[in-house]
Amino acid sequence: MAKVVFKIGDDVSTDTIYPGRFMATVLPSETPQYAFADFKEINAKIKGKELPVGSIILGGKNFGSREQAASCLATPGLVVVARNFARIFLQNSINVGLQTVICPTIDAEEGDELEITPTEVKNVTKGTSHPVVPLPKARQAIVDAGGLIPYTRKLLVQERSA
Amino acid sequence: MGMTVAEKILARATGQVAVKAGDVVEPRVDVAMSHENAALVINQFNEVFQGTGLGATVWDPKKIVIIFDHRVPAESSKTATNQKKIREFVAKQGIPNFHDVRGDQGGICHQILPENGYIRPGYVVVGTDSHTTSHGALGAFSFGIGATEMASVWTLGRVLNVEVPGTIKVVVSGEFKPGVGPKDLILHLIGRLTAEGANFKVIEFHGGAIERMSTSGRLTICNMSVEAGATSGIVPADQETVRYLREEAGVTEAVDLVTPDHDAVYDQVVEIDAGELAPHIACPHTVDHVKPVGAVEGVKINQIVIGSCTNGRLDDLEIAAGILKGKKVAAGTRMLIFPATWRIYKQAMKLGLLETLVDAGAVIVNPGCGCCLGVHQGALGDGEVALSTTNRNFKGRMGNPNSEVYLCSPAVAAASALTGVISDPRKAV
Repeated sequence: MAKVVFKIGDDVSTDTIYPGRFMATVLPSETPQYAFADFKEINAKIKGKELPVGSIILGGKNFGSREQAASCLATPGLVVVARNFARIFLQNSINVGLQTVICPTIDAEEGDELEITPTEVKNVTKGTSHPVVPLPKARQAIVDAGGLIPYTRKLLVQERSA
Repeated sequence: MGMTVAEKILARATGQVAVKAGDVVEPRVDVAMSHENAALVINQFNEVFQGTGLGATVWDPKKIVIIFDHRVPAESSKTATNQKKIREFVAKQGIPNFHDVRGDQGGICHQILPENGYIRPGYVVVGTDSHTTSHGALGAFSFGIGATEMASVWTLGRVLNVEVPGTIKVVVSGEFKPGVGPKDLILHLIGRLTAEGANFKVIEFHGGAIERMSTSGRLTICNMSVEAGATSGIVPADQETVRYLREEAGVTEAVDLVTPDHDAVYDQVVEIDAGELAPHIACPHTVDHVKPVGAVEGVKINQIVIGSCTNGRLDDLEIAAGILKGKKVAAGTRMLIFPATWRIYKQAMKLGLLETLVDAGAVIVNPGCGCCLGVHQGALGDGEVALSTTNRNFKGRMGNPNSEVYLCSPAVAAASALTGVISDPRKAV
């Protein structure tokens, strides 16, 4: 079971998730301190690693883009559920191992308990069920490899050793 | 079945006769551009090689272009250290196409690439920047990718697992009225499509108004295509593209124009009459919150910004200087001008445009991204309002979440500088 810890509306921009003014910080491991920097409460929880495994950030439509916006949220056990994602954000999430779920009809509030399966998101609190759009198969291959770095490494070894 | 420009380019880049929207391909890359975020790319690149026993060398140093623009000169010791690391990497890997913080070669990446002849019609271009869509202005398929994905490109020379995008055809007929131009067209289109209207799609521009548009204007509309969510904006290459490459970018080799087939299949067709467009403004805090200028005339402005990869070219500065010549920026309003590159800066200097703008009260800042992304060179105070020719107005974008940013054309920005409030440039002459 997972719980919605933060709900945010439609068209969440890259500057909302990871403000451009913090872009001098480049190491992925250093980015969580600035996640949602202008939203003190959620920022404090992500920064302090206080989010329990099974925490959900819930976005509306068009969630996304720069890489730091994905890496700053890429902590084990945190899932982002949204109606849909901006292209670059979805790609970056897959590349850096942030778990995303595309759920076009999701309806939930902060505090709601959700159960996520490969085909649907069940809102246990509300007693509703919402279908999940599977990842395009091209992207699933990268997820299955554990992210783009190990995926590329495998190809690198095949191609340069040949 | 016919192909769109994007399909044709992706077919070529994968050695296939044809591809169609939805196919999964691994296109080889002609140009791989990064700016200061190359520091993160380098980190991820080194990680790819970890444990392989292979030397970490890039696939083709000549196809990588690195340009410092986001924080020039460095605004912090952290940035300066990152820039130093990138310089060392560039030297070690033998990357010849490097644009450092220098007056004889520097500027914003999305203007450096076209004006130095790096972009050709039919190329696959990737960049670690959202506005990499710009280069579709020259008939390339050009899109933004993340740093980890770029590390993969640096390793393998191709982009893994790309889905061939569907295409929205935008047909722009008619002539722009005086005081109206490409920026108003793209703001209008983003307002119509919304911020997600072209997500995972290409916008391909057609029609008389596009055929008559200069490459500078085409760069503006392709640059902002990403604000409707588009993977890429593309203007099919034509004689204007050839003129630009020959006369302004110093390209002498043969140019292969890639045009769409007559029976290409489009997801959607949008028609716009340029003659009916008013100046448009994107209001806080989203780029698709677009209104005709009349709806927001009179809003008090603290800071006017002209510049960026969207509107920092010579024709943009000419429009501004034309409106401000012999006049003054209103008291209580400050005006910042960022020419996109040092080449443009020098041209504007020779033409006397910089002098005109300075005499009017504007501050000329060195070429670069400047205050567009809120790092330095023009942050906003609490409660302040900016009117800017840049491409994003998200909350906090210009460095302060307690401020507002409106987006507009250079003509609106200059006309508003005279009055200190949002003004219609059609009334300023």
